[in-house]
Amino acid sequence: MIAQALHPPTIWEWVGDHTSLILSRLGQHAELTIIAVAIGLAISLPLSIVAYRHSRVYPPITWFTGLMYTIPSVALFVLLIPFTGLSNVTVEIGLVSYTLLILIRNIVVGLRGVSEDVKEAAVGMGYTRRQLLWRVELPMALPAIVAGVRVATVSTVGLVTVGFIIGHGGLGELIIEGLNRFYTPEVIVGVVMSVALALVADGLLLLLERRLTPWARSGTRVRPFLRTQTDAVTA
Amino acid sequence: MHQFVQALDWIFTGSNWDQVNFGTGIRGQLAYHVELSLISLVIATAIAIPVGLVVGHKRRGQFLAVSVANLGRAIPSFALLVLAFIVVSNLWPSLGFSMLPTTIALVLLAIPPILTNTYVGIQAVDADTVEAARGMGLSERQVLFRLEVPLAAPLIMAGLRTSAVTVVATATLAGFAGGGGLGVFLYLGFTQQGQQHILIGGAMLVAALAILTEVVFGGFERLVTPRTHSGRRTRKAQGQVPEPRAIAA
Repeated sequence: MIAQALHPPTIWEWVGDHTSLILSRLGQHAELTIIAVAIGLAISLPLSIVAYRHSRVYPPITWFTGLMYTIPSVALFVLLIPFTGLSNVTVEIGLVSYTLLILIRNIVVGLRGVSEDVKEAAVGMGYTRRQLLWRVELPMALPAIVAGVRVATVSTVGLVTVGFIIGHGGLGELIIEGLNRFYTPEVIVGVVMSVALALVADGLLLLLERRLTPWARSGTRVRPFLRTQTDAVTA
Repeated sequence: MHQFVQALDWIFTGSNWDQVNFGTGIRGQLAYHVELSLISLVIATAIAIPVGLVVGHKRRGQFLAVSVANLGRAIPSFALLVLAFIVVSNLWPSLGFSMLPTTIALVLLAIPPILTNTYVGIQAVDADTVEAARGMGLSERQVLFRLEVPLAAPLIMAGLRTSAVTVVATATLAGFAGGGGLGVFLYLGFTQQGQQHILIGGAMLVAALAILTEVVFGGFERLVTPRTHSGRRTRKAQGQVPEPRAIAA
């Protein structure tokens, strides 16, 4: 015990001794992120389609999601405690609400960017409204949608760490534990792993986008409107 | 719902503004929170806007701007706060619980949105317009300050707004990493028995401050947004300016 206090384990020794803990925190972190983005997308997609078709609905939707986005995650998690307690449902509600603004904005921008000519051609070929949506508009909006999913995913990975305040912080638990024990290696492992998770998730989504939109690779990769509309986001 | 009523009661009880649990009251922590946020925002602006202006004006260094933005997004704000606390505590033990670590973290956090938006806003000014201005004999400095900056102003302000809200939100977490501010009430609420009204009340104050920040900076943003002939303010004065909130994300 005394020897341990005098010579705290190095970062590699600590990692070696706590591999299963680190992996379970990583798994928890990834799970919280995936569920949040999936539910966020399931809510955003229909809402965006409605907002795209009825442009009057768009301002109130962005107003509300913008409000949710503005409330700091710490505060939102705490304000949900009286309703859902210290459960992972509390964290998920918070996380999902932060993805909505990002996703809805990008989906609507993507849908609005589909060229009128292309839509007219499709209607001329006898596409119904539903076919137009699923076969023309959504596929053409895909780069913007995936860009939104990438930003939402990376932001969510960062926000999960804040979940430590109600005991569901994934890798954030390592950071706060390390902080409370003044043991820097644990903090560093938590930080490095969560940054790595964000970057890996972002890379995987980029690959997915390339697979889903093979047409975007030929010639100029991104259409002009997308470059201006989502420049910083696609990046 | 009675938790919320108790929390509101706690907020609206005057003595709690002077002192809470024998420690600093709401007024003190709120002032500290705002002061910390403002200092951080000013420093970040002083760094990010000049860099963004130069890089944007030269129409180069997109890689830099994009990398900064992506890195800023990938590093959790809470992680940045804890790292700054640990680094400062190790280097200057006496400053560990001062304003310094939190300020460093908040500055680093506030830079990316301001830098990216400044860069994108300047760079998005139509190249032909810039050429025309040069042709009229404007110097590079004049091109930047008379043409590019006014056109980019709404986007730059949008970046400031995003940073301001992020800074106010993250300053809350400082209460968990040795700092002060409204986060202290959340910390008290979690660590002490039977203090749920302080917990919820603290969260309400944090949410209200963030929304107020958003509203105030949104007002600044509208002030610098040019009106079109139809009288409606537009962000597309140049037809090129990206959606600010898409970037804010």
